[in-house]
Amino acid sequence: MDPMIEVIDLNKSFGSQTVLKQINLKVYNQEVVVIIGPSGSGKSTFLRCLNLLEQPQGGTILIEGQSLMDPNIKISNIRAEVGLVFQQFNLFPHMKVIDNITIAPIQVRKWPVEKARSKAVELLAKVGLSEKADVYPDSLSGGQAQRVAIARALAMEPKIMLFDEPTSALDPEMVGEVLAVMKDLAKEGMTMVIVTHEMDFAREVGDRVLFMEQGIIVEEGTPEEIFERPIHERTKSFLSSRNGYAFLLQGRHPF
Amino acid sequence: MDFRLDIIIDYLPLILKGAMLTIGISLLSIILGSILGLVIGFGKMSSKMIVRWPMSAYINFFRGTPLYVQILMVHFGLIPLVLGRTDPITAAIIALSLNSAAYTAEIFRAGIQSMSAGQLEAAYSLGMSHRQAMQFIILPQAIKRMIPAFGNEFIVLVKDSSLVAIIAAPEIMYWSNGMSGQYSRIWEPYLFASLIYFILTYSLSKLLNVLERKLA
Ligand SMILES: Nc1ncnc2c1ncn2[C@@H]1O[C@H](COP(=O)(O)OP(=O)(O)O)[C@@H](O)[C@H]1O
Ligand SMILES: [Mg+2]
Repeated sequence: MDPMIEVIDLNKSFGSQTVLKQINLKVYNQEVVVIIGPSGSGKSTFLRCLNLLEQPQGGTILIEGQSLMDPNIKISNIRAEVGLVFQQFNLFPHMKVIDNITIAPIQVRKWPVEKARSKAVELLAKVGLSEKADVYPDSLSGGQAQRVAIARALAMEPKIMLFDEPTSALDPEMVGEVLAVMKDLAKEGMTMVIVTHEMDFAREVGDRVLFMEQGIIVEEGTPEEIFERPIHERTKSFLSSRNGYAFLLQGRHPF
Repeated sequence: MDFRLDIIIDYLPLILKGAMLTIGISLLSIILGSILGLVIGFGKMSSKMIVRWPMSAYINFFRGTPLYVQILMVHFGLIPLVLGRTDPITAAIIALSLNSAAYTAEIFRAGIQSMSAGQLEAAYSLGMSHRQAMQFIILPQAIKRMIPAFGNEFIVLVKDSSLVAIIAAPEIMYWSNGMSGQYSRIWEPYLFASLIYFILTYSLSKLLNVLERKLA
């Protein structure tokens, strides 16, 4: 089967600073790929290249076999199929929650308002926020805002969902509610690429884990391989510095 | 000092008619100026040099030269060129619109550029085109932020419209000048004109405060 996402020799730089170096990746249908790595390693830039919020300098990205580099494609058509959830939510503050969710299906997909609203109501129920349909985003907690942002992305019925540290801006007690929604999505078979520092979540939900550092995919494998038997020194030191690896050594998984 | 109320009363109907014209000219000019300003403001943000450059030139010209000169050029140059003859009220509206477009263009540009990149990126990542993102996400928020600067521009425009008396558009100053000439008086016509301008601009600023609070 063809991959949903195929990245070949991707290069990206800002001015003279090279941020992504020869990245290669295939993500298959219904796969959940988790990217971990230190801050500044290019994880966000990589995700943003996948829907052309950043323009790469070299290489190829194929979404369902369609090259994003083809000058004849309409970028907005590709983006409509690829949902992106931001660390900072980026909800539209001048619109009620329900309108945040329906605006794109109505304007981009040209759905009738009724259809868009019933889809939105269904998604709000799914993320546990049915009672918030008619409030404005500034009255939501961080965890609620992020769940609305996920619902907003899902309303377009995307084939792929990208998450850029969706819980990093949240108070610790709200992380769980967002991760729970993402777990449900994974169970339903959504194809996802997730940048996160939540190692337990990565281990539980990820089919594959990528360790990225300084613009390179240093190591790639199943959660077991990466978390329990990392090969590269840099992976090991990253995991231990985040306490994840140390924790594993101490407690639950004695060697 | 004697103060002749009788000559004010004498001129009152004319000056009130003039005030209506001042309001009319100002309103039309701010509307036309804003529409043109929106186009020019977006043009100035274009990624294409060929679009950006003329817009910058326009803004620099109208902000960098006296409105007085612009009014004369429009009245004696531009309008006759287009209509074959000139008309003071038309010339007044066109000159003030062209001038205020340069200022509103900068207000629009600053308002739009003050929006966080995240809003535009969120709109794009939902598949919106640039036009849709502007129309539904960026402009509605940016316009709210622009209201104070925009209101200020409107107030300046009302005051600056007094300059069109020089091309004999019969607004407040035209009649005040007439009154001054007819009776050889200074204080009555100009204090009374000031009072009317003040009432207009003061009500306008109050109105804008209310609007701002309602939209906040
Ligand atoms: N728009 C930009 N302009 C210039 N440099 C950028 C820009 N975005 C990111 N960078 C730089 O690229 C590098 C990778 O950033 P990023 O992809 O945000 O890393 P991560 O998400 O892994 O923390 C950093 O050094 C960052 O400073
Ligand atoms: Mg990042």
